[in-house]
Amino acid sequence: MQDVKFNKFLISLNAFVPLILFGFDAFRGNLGTNPIEFFLRTTGVLALVFLLITLSITPLRKIFGWNTLIKYRRMLGLYAFFYGCLHLSTYSIFDKSLNLVSIVSDVYQRPFIAVGMLSFFLLIPLAVTSTNAMIKRIGGKNWMKLHKLTYLIAIGGVLHFYMIVKSDITYPAIFAIVLVGLLGYRIFDNYRKPVAKRESIKAK
Amino acid sequence: MPKSNNIKSSEITDEQTYLNRRNFMRFGLLASTTVATGFGYRFFNPPAAKEIETSKIETIKQLEKNLSEIDKPNTFKEITNYNNYYEFSTSKSSVADAAKDFVTRPWTLEVSGLVQNPKTFDIEDLLKFEQEERIYRFRCVEGWSMVIPWVGFPLKTLLDKVQPLGSAKYVSFETYFDKLQMPNWRSAGIDLPYVEGLRIDEAMHPLTILATGLYGKQLPNQNGAPIRLVVPWKYGFKNIKSIVRINLTETMPATTWNITSPTEYGFYSNINPNVSHPRWSQADEQRIGEFSRRKTLMFNGYGEEVAKLYEGMDLKKNF
Repeated sequence: MQDVKFNKFLISLNAFVPLILFGFDAFRGNLGTNPIEFFLRTTGVLALVFLLITLSITPLRKIFGWNTLIKYRRMLGLYAFFYGCLHLSTYSIFDKSLNLVSIVSDVYQRPFIAVGMLSFFLLIPLAVTSTNAMIKRIGGKNWMKLHKLTYLIAIGGVLHFYMIVKSDITYPAIFAIVLVGLLGYRIFDNYRKPVAKRESIKAK
Repeated sequence: MPKSNNIKSSEITDEQTYLNRRNFMRFGLLASTTVATGFGYRFFNPPAAKEIETSKIETIKQLEKNLSEIDKPNTFKEITNYNNYYEFSTSKSSVADAAKDFVTRPWTLEVSGLVQNPKTFDIEDLLKFEQEERIYRFRCVEGWSMVIPWVGFPLKTLLDKVQPLGSAKYVSFETYFDKLQMPNWRSAGIDLPYVEGLRIDEAMHPLTILATGLYGKQLPNQNGAPIRLVVPWKYGFKNIKSIVRINLTETMPATTWNITSPTEYGFYSNINPNVSHPRWSQADEQRIGEFSRRKTLMFNGYGEEVAKLYEGMDLKKNF
């Protein structure tokens, strides 16, 4: 097996570990008192985790020179989408009994649902354009521009988490700090670049 | 400096060993990362806590059961592993374990304020009051519900003993607070000690009880041992746990969730499917143990008994 192939297998296996353990818990009747809430929360958190891992690829490449990580970024993003799908399906089926009117009125009345829903719908074009053929079709530059939406999606996702919490903000705060770090690095990096260029011109 | 390619042929790893090593490393990576991921999952989704036996309550007066077939009591396991008790944990499934060492003896309950005979009761005295079984629906503001066979006595029994003065309009309650025993106090996100309140007529209503047990046994810690309030037509958070102080006042007392977010939680907090919480609808609820939602009933189905307490009040304003 190639290293890249193996690493992809490694990532996929880990991505499915929570689902496998969930199945295992379900089989043994260990899902706790409210399995629906349990699954809703777990899938939501996993979608956020994969979003943040996806956003950490660029800083890791630039800081440590781990350039090969780029090969796994699209896949990590797709796992965020996968868990996002499970999260939205759980809400739609169990909380809303697949009643579209009720879902729409929820989006309309409740900002935290609207923010979460928006983040999910913004993920769809990114998932659709994740194949090599699509990158060719829309062109690398456009593709990069389009996928900058990830920043907005991650901000929306973390905000959605923060807005649903009743009073203990510990976990959303952890996600927010990591996100601020990841986005802050990009701003810092963009700012630094022109300075570095100027310096190098002076040196010549 | 020796040239970098000056390596003796004997030092070159042969291909087979190289492949074996690589496979070994790969296996190690697969095993260690999946185990780590698994531990992560377990940390956030812990299994149910071991059940801790509490003593049986000896004499319980059995009342006529007026709940219909559709309101079957939830299991002891469900009731004791899904709790909101922020002093211990904000994760409902973790409270049982976090509260397992909570010390509830000795315990006193001080009743004071606008009363004829202020008195401090020992928990053992309160347990000597005539205990009844009361099977009530319980509806949390978060949109889930249970049916719980409480054991306890009417709050009125206690208040009659201290004789409220005519000027007493409200009753306030306070939960025990101890930073050493309550590990989550810092990140709970609410002001502590937890405080709650009722209007005096609500407090004197025959459905309002102080619960000392459930399923015939003394309350487990996570359910508010050793004594907690149960007002079945109000959202769960009004049902204050582990009470140490009751105070009768003339003015409306402050209540914890109202302090935390006044636009979301009112003083009355009567269960009302027509008044949405800003962040979620209150029109329906998930009965624990069921997979589809049921309609929430006005006053949690206790309207016949309590609606008259609120006659002429705008319940949208006084939410």
